[in-house]
Amino acid sequence: MSVSAITEITQYLTFKLGEEVFALDVAKVREILDFTTVTKVPQTPAYMRGVINLRGNVVPVLDLRLKFGMSATEKTVNTCVIVVEMVVEGEVMVLGVLADSVQEVIDLEPELIEPAPRIGTTINTDFILGMGKHNELFIMILDIDRVFSEGEKAAIVKTEREAVVNE
Amino acid sequence: MDNQYADTFKEEAYELLAELESSLLELEDRPHDPELIGRVFRAMHTIKGSGAMFGFDDIAAFTHQVETAFDQVRNGKLTVSRQMIDLTLAARDQIKAMLDGVGQEGSTDAAVTAQLIAGFKELLNEEQAAVPPAETAMPQPAPAAAPADENLATYRIRFRPARNIFASGTNPVMLLNELRQLGSCRIVAQLRDVPRLGELDPESCHIFWDVILTTAASLDAIKDVFIFVEDACEIRIETLDNGANPDGGETHKKLGEILVERGDIAASDIEAVLAAQKRLGEMLVEKGMVTPTQVHSALLEQQQVKEVRRERIQQEERSRAQEAGASIRVPAEKLDVLVNLVGELVTIQARMTQTAAGRDDAELISIAEEVERLTAELRDNALNIRMLPIGTTFNKFKRLVRDLSGELGKEIEMVTEGAETELDKTVIERLNDPLVHLIRNCIDHGIEKPEAREAAGKPRQGIVRLAAVHSGDSVMLTIEDDGAGLDREAILAKAVEKGMVALTTELTDQEIDNLIFAPGFSTASKVTSVSGRGVGMDVVKRAIDALRGSIAINGRPGLGTVISIRIPLTMAIIESLLVQIGADRFLIPLSLVDECIELTRADVAAAHGRNMATVRDHLVPYIPLRRKFAIAGTVPDIEQVVITEVNGARVGFVVDRVIGEHQTVIKSLGRAFKNVESISGATILGDGSVALILDIPQLVRSVEVGECAALNTQ
Repeated sequence: MSVSAITEITQYLTFKLGEEVFALDVAKVREILDFTTVTKVPQTPAYMRGVINLRGNVVPVLDLRLKFGMSATEKTVNTCVIVVEMVVEGEVMVLGVLADSVQEVIDLEPELIEPAPRIGTTINTDFILGMGKHNELFIMILDIDRVFSEGEKAAIVKTEREAVVNE
Repeated sequence: MDNQYADTFKEEAYELLAELESSLLELEDRPHDPELIGRVFRAMHTIKGSGAMFGFDDIAAFTHQVETAFDQVRNGKLTVSRQMIDLTLAARDQIKAMLDGVGQEGSTDAAVTAQLIAGFKELLNEEQAAVPPAETAMPQPAPAAAPADENLATYRIRFRPARNIFASGTNPVMLLNELRQLGSCRIVAQLRDVPRLGELDPESCHIFWDVILTTAASLDAIKDVFIFVEDACEIRIETLDNGANPDGGETHKKLGEILVERGDIAASDIEAVLAAQKRLGEMLVEKGMVTPTQVHSALLEQQQVKEVRRERIQQEERSRAQEAGASIRVPAEKLDVLVNLVGELVTIQARMTQTAAGRDDAELISIAEEVERLTAELRDNALNIRMLPIGTTFNKFKRLVRDLSGELGKEIEMVTEGAETELDKTVIERLNDPLVHLIRNCIDHGIEKPEAREAAGKPRQGIVRLAAVHSGDSVMLTIEDDGAGLDREAILAKAVEKGMVALTTELTDQEIDNLIFAPGFSTASKVTSVSGRGVGMDVVKRAIDALRGSIAINGRPGLGTVISIRIPLTMAIIESLLVQIGADRFLIPLSLVDECIELTRADVAAAHGRNMATVRDHLVPYIPLRRKFAIAGTVPDIEQVVITEVNGARVGFVVDRVIGEHQTVIKSLGRAFKNVESISGATILGDGSVALILDIPQLVRSVEVGECAALNTQ
C-alpha cells in the first residue's frame, strides 16, 4: 500500500515512541494491553522483544523503538502493547507492538497525508507509510505489513549468520 | 446437486476404497474367505449405490462391472485369482481417479475404464465358459434377478426411514423399487404417523412401509438394498418362510401374532382384547371336542415357539444397537478444538494449583487437587479420542510393496506387526511420507533380485517387516529387511568425497550408517523410478525430527537393514522438564531426558575449556545454553546439566536450575519465529508467562555443524 492508495477518511490510533507520534490504521488494531512479562526467544534480533501470553495464545512482540534507532523501550506505567491483526498469505497473524504511550483515535482525511520524506526525519523511514498532519502536528503512519515482513526476513538473516558464527 | 452431499459421498467413497484395498490384499492370501469376499462386494455395492444416488453415473456404471464379478465369486461361480485381484486393484485406482476428477471434465481416462471393463468381462467369460456354458457374455444382471427355480423365501421387511431422510438425498421410493426388482413384492405404506396438514413438515418423511417380499435373493441381498441408510433408519427384516421349514405350508400365523411381531400393537393389548372373549380352547373344551390337557399342551407348544422367537429378535436388536453405537463420525476440526480447550484447561489448572498452594486454605487445596485429577483424566481421554491405529497406513504400504516388487522384478513379502498400535491422527498423517520413502528404499536398495538372493544362500523371497510397538510415551517403529544391508565402505567414501568427514576420522559402524541421514547424501549410483532421485534420507530425518522423534539405522552387511524410529504419541501435550537460565525458563521434552547432574566451577576448570563432563567414567559433551542463547547475568556456582539422549548419543545441556516436571501444552510460535531453529514451540506456565520448548535434536545438530565449520576454517 502506498499513500496514493489512501482515498477515504480513515481512523487512526495514535501512540508515542519517545517524542514522536505514530499512527496505526484502527481497523488493524485488535486490542491494547498493559506491558507485562515478555519472554525473549533466543537467537532473534534485539527488536524482536519476545513472546507474550494473550489469553492462551503465544503472540510475538516487536520493539519499534529499536527498529527506528532509538533505545529499547523502558517499562513505565504508560507502556502498552498494541495488538495488531493482519492477514499474511491467507493466515491470520497476530502481532504485538510496544508503545511508550497510547494517545487517541483520530480521523485523517486523505489529502492531509503526504509521502514520508526521505530526509529530514531523525528516524528510519522504511516502515512509514506517510506523514499525516493533525492539529499542527506531524504524525507518522506506520506500514504494519512492512514491519512484519521485514521482521520475518531479519529473523532468517540472523539465524543463518548465527549458525556459522556461534560457537 | 448440492455440493455438500457430493462431498459426503466422496468422503465415504474414499473410506470404502481404502477398506476395499486392504480387503483385496488380504483376499490374495486367503482367496476363499467368504467374509473377505463379502466385504469387497459390499464396498463395491455401496459405492455403486450411493454413486448412482448422487448422480455419479459413470462411477456407478463402472463399479457395477466389478461388483458383478464379485457377486459371481460370492455365489461360488468364480474363484479369486491373482489376475482378478490385479484387475480389481486397478479398478479401485480408477474409481479413485474418477472421484478425484469429479467436477473436472475429461479428467479420467475413458480408455482405461473401457479396458478394465473389458478385462472384467473377459474374466467372467472365461469362468463361465468353464462352469455353466449356457450363460453368455451379456453384462451380468443384478444378482437378485436369478432364475426362480432356487429356493424361494418370504421376508417381512419393516422399513421406517429416519424423519430427516430426505436431507441426505435419499429417496425411499427408489429403495422400494429396488426391492420390487428382487422378487414378488407387496408393499403397504403405513400412514399412521402422518400429522395433520397444518403440522405437516413437507421435508420430513412421515411414512413407513411394510413389505412382504418373496424372493430367491439371499438375506444379504435384501440388506444390501438398505446398506447406506441402515444407520439412519429402522429396518427390520424377518424371514417368514424360507422353504426349509417342512410344515411351512401348513402353519400360518394369526393376525394378532403378526401385528405384535410387526410392533403395531403391544402383546398385552391383544391379550386384553382376547381375554374379553372366550378362548378357542375353552370353547372347544366346552363343546367336549378336546380335553383340557390337550389344549394345555398345545398352548405350551405355542408359547415355547413364541418365546424362542421373541428371544431371537431381541438378541438381533441388541446386537444391532451395539453395532450402531460402536462408532460415530466426527470432523477432525472438532476434535482439534476439544484438544485445544483441554490444553487451556490444563494451563489454568496449573495456575489454580499454584495459587492454592500459596494460600493456607485446606479446603481450596483439596478442591484444586480434585480439579487436577479430573483435568488429567479429561486430558488423557481427549487425547485418546484422536488416537488411531497405525494399521490404516500399514495397508497402504502393503499395496506399495506389492506393486513395486512387481515393477522391479523382485519377490518380496511384507510382514506387519502391531497394526493396532495407536498414535495421534496428525502424527500418523505426517509419518506417511517418511515411511513410504523408507519402504521404497528397502525394496529398491535393500532386497536383492531373486537370483542374487539365491546365490547368497537366502530364500528367493525377501521380507520387509514393518512393526509398531508402544514404549512409554512413544511408539517404536521398526522397518526391517533381510536384504544386502548397507555398504559401509561406499558410504564412507561418499562422505569423504563430499567433505562431510575427514579421511582420518575413525568412525564406528553405527556412525557410518547414520551418515546417510546427512543432507544431500545418496549412494544410489543409478536412478530408478523408485529412488535415487536426490531426495535423500535427510528429508526423512527432518520429517521425523519435526514430529519430535528420532531415527537410527543399522545395516548389517549381507543380512539386512534395520531402521528404528521413535515417535512421541501426541503432538498436543507432552511431559517435559522445566529448567531456568537467568530469568528465562525453558522446557526439555522428558522423553529425551536421561538424567540430571551438577556442574561445579571446579568441574568446569578441570575440563580445560572443553565442554565435557565425566559421568560414571564416561565423557559426556555438553552445550552451555546460557552462552548459546547469549543470556546475560551471572552464572551460579553450581549449574545443572540435563543429559539427553539424541539418536543414541548422550549430550548435556547446562542450565542454572532444574525446576521440575511440567505438563506442557504445546503452542506454536507462529510465523514470526518460523526460522528460529533451536525452539520447537512454546507453552504457557502456571503463572501466565510463556516458556519456550527446546528443540533438542536441532540444537545438537546446529552445534555439530558449527563446530565442523569452525574446524574447517582453521
